[in-house]
Amino acid sequence: MPLLKNGAIADDPYTRVEGDDALPAEGAVLVDLARWESERDALIRRDGEVGVWLTSSETPAAIAEDLPHLAVVALEFPAFTDGRAYSSARLLRERYAYEGEVRAVGDVLIEQLHFMDRAGFSSFEFSSDQPEEDWITAQSDMKIWYQPTGDERPTATQLRRR
Amino acid sequence: MYKYDEFDAEFVNQRALQFGRQVESRLSGSLSEEQFRPLRLMNGLYLQLHAYMLRINVPYGCLNSVQMRKLAHIARVYDKDYGHLTTRQNMQFNWIKLADMPEILLELASVEMHGIQSSGNCIRNITADEYAGVAAEEIEDPRVYCELLRQWSSLHPEFSFLPRKFKISVTGSEKDRAAVKAHDIGLRLYRNENGEEGFEVFVGGGLGRTPFIGKSIRAFLPTRHVLSYCEAILRVYNQLGRRDNKYKARIKILVHEMGAEAFTELVEKEWAQISAGALEVPEAELERVRAFFVPPAYERLPEESPELEAQLGSDAAFATWARQQLAAHKQPGYAIVNISCSPVGKPPGDISSAQMDVVANLADTYNFGEMRVTHNQNLVFTDVRKSDLFALWQELVRVGLATSNHGLISDTICCPGLDYCALATARSIPVAEKLSQRFADQDKQKEIGEIYLNMSGCINACGHHHVGNIGIVGVDKKNSELYQLMLGGSAEEDASLGKILGPGFDEDGIVDAVENVIDTYLELRDESERFIDTYRRVGPDPFKERLYSAPA
Repeated sequence: MPLLKNGAIADDPYTRVEGDDALPAEGAVLVDLARWESERDALIRRDGEVGVWLTSSETPAAIAEDLPHLAVVALEFPAFTDGRAYSSARLLRERYAYEGEVRAVGDVLIEQLHFMDRAGFSSFEFSSDQPEEDWITAQSDMKIWYQPTGDERPTATQLRRR
Repeated sequence: MYKYDEFDAEFVNQRALQFGRQVESRLSGSLSEEQFRPLRLMNGLYLQLHAYMLRINVPYGCLNSVQMRKLAHIARVYDKDYGHLTTRQNMQFNWIKLADMPEILLELASVEMHGIQSSGNCIRNITADEYAGVAAEEIEDPRVYCELLRQWSSLHPEFSFLPRKFKISVTGSEKDRAAVKAHDIGLRLYRNENGEEGFEVFVGGGLGRTPFIGKSIRAFLPTRHVLSYCEAILRVYNQLGRRDNKYKARIKILVHEMGAEAFTELVEKEWAQISAGALEVPEAELERVRAFFVPPAYERLPEESPELEAQLGSDAAFATWARQQLAAHKQPGYAIVNISCSPVGKPPGDISSAQMDVVANLADTYNFGEMRVTHNQNLVFTDVRKSDLFALWQELVRVGLATSNHGLISDTICCPGLDYCALATARSIPVAEKLSQRFADQDKQKEIGEIYLNMSGCINACGHHHVGNIGIVGVDKKNSELYQLMLGGSAEEDASLGKILGPGFDEDGIVDAVENVIDTYLELRDESERFIDTYRRVGPDPFKERLYSAPA
């Protein structure tokens, strides 16, 4: 699946390891929360970066203590209408001061990009039937925001006072 | 009223252009209806039974004459020459063509209007007391906070894909004209015993299939925290609100299932972590917004106008209208004027483009160029000199906007029903029309006195039937329309939910039934007692007996 990261199309070094599938010998992996909780120490010792995949009903509080070990947190949208991951992204950035990659996965639509971008997501897995150029330009559709979030981009209220 | 600065204007423009591109993609076929649906909904465009319907936000009901003329223009050029005022103080057009949308949105943007978030599972248009800033009994003007909430909720990065739609209403009066206890969040602005401004916060009110009266979860919230407290409520709801069943997805179900106490605890815990953050409203911003809502340049006038007194004495029709449609104003010599858009035998809330143009001109002449839309689907001029009332009335008579039914039985709230709506199970407008014809007699209406009759064409309750003193809901039973009658609802500060009286009626039967209810009330009431007070005193039994016991 194509990946938009920091505003450009990027390679994805992560292998998604589902359920109890065997871990690859090397390289970056993305595991679900259950796997992380049961094999936490081994995953930390393992050679290669590790990330955790949270479903929309799992909250970042579950991995808050472990964030220094995680290079990426993937937040799943089972359907674009399920907006729980927006709260998760903001909590990761603003409450837990997470500075790694926060990735949007699942039903990720181009229309959601500007919301996700401001909520703290830094990378987006999107469907390959959508033109890549559209994804790169969609990020600049909206340039004015009213809400302060963890990205500290100035809001309309702050710009008014300059 | 609030005026856009460069940032607000740019925000709406960017969004209009973005949606324009999306419409082009839909028309060229590169977007399917399925892919397009969420995009159009987020811009206020519904697909109804016969055509697209566009709902345009009127922020907390405030509208200026330039905007009203633009709405008239849109009705004339792109629709069937009329628009419809909604119970959430908005304007909707029922016959829009998709290909016209990009142009319409740019036209709207040019007068600081849009349809952003007038649909979808997001924070909808903020509503408020239609007398905000002018009611004689008002404690504080809620519009400043409505505007702060409007900006905060516009394309919110976290709360645009909620479990379900979310409605916020604000009042600053003792008398609740904003139905704050029937909203997802209701805010009541008041001053505490130390003279500080704050809000009582209600959560989890709402109508629809499972009606609830909102619960008070905070007795006093200092006003500078209004955004952070709402953010805390929304965050708890976004994370925990049910997403498995759209009929159980509103915050009222979460509050009910979890219990108000447990819910409040979570909100307070969340709020404790964000209350000192960037959402605290800076005094400078408060001042900036407040400046838009300073009173207009009133003349110093005596409270009474001898001119008006003379006109009231010499013209009985004018006197009837004035007695019914006026409300007391803060400023001596001025009056609040209710303009009824629910004339006898017409769909409540419909207004023609010609009427819109006239109203805009009258607003310029008599009302500082502004007007309000009310949740009863009418209009209000908030600042009319008493000595101008007669001239204003004459102009209103000429365009059919001088009906004298404010707060009376023919001033119904009514949803569009099966004539327009894809969700409806029964027609509602024709029944409302028949009811208003049955009670058309002005003296009879006046004799009945203050009463709220609300009517919906299905259980989703867009016509607020649960909180009508008399509520009617149309249902579909074995392929024919059946109308159920409920009594005892109220949307005001004494909010209560109506109860179904008994078996339903057909279209003509419901009109007779309402008349029987009214006759029963007139027999039972103590002198000058309102319908709702009589009902609360005597209970449903006398009404049941009258309606359902077999004739002797």
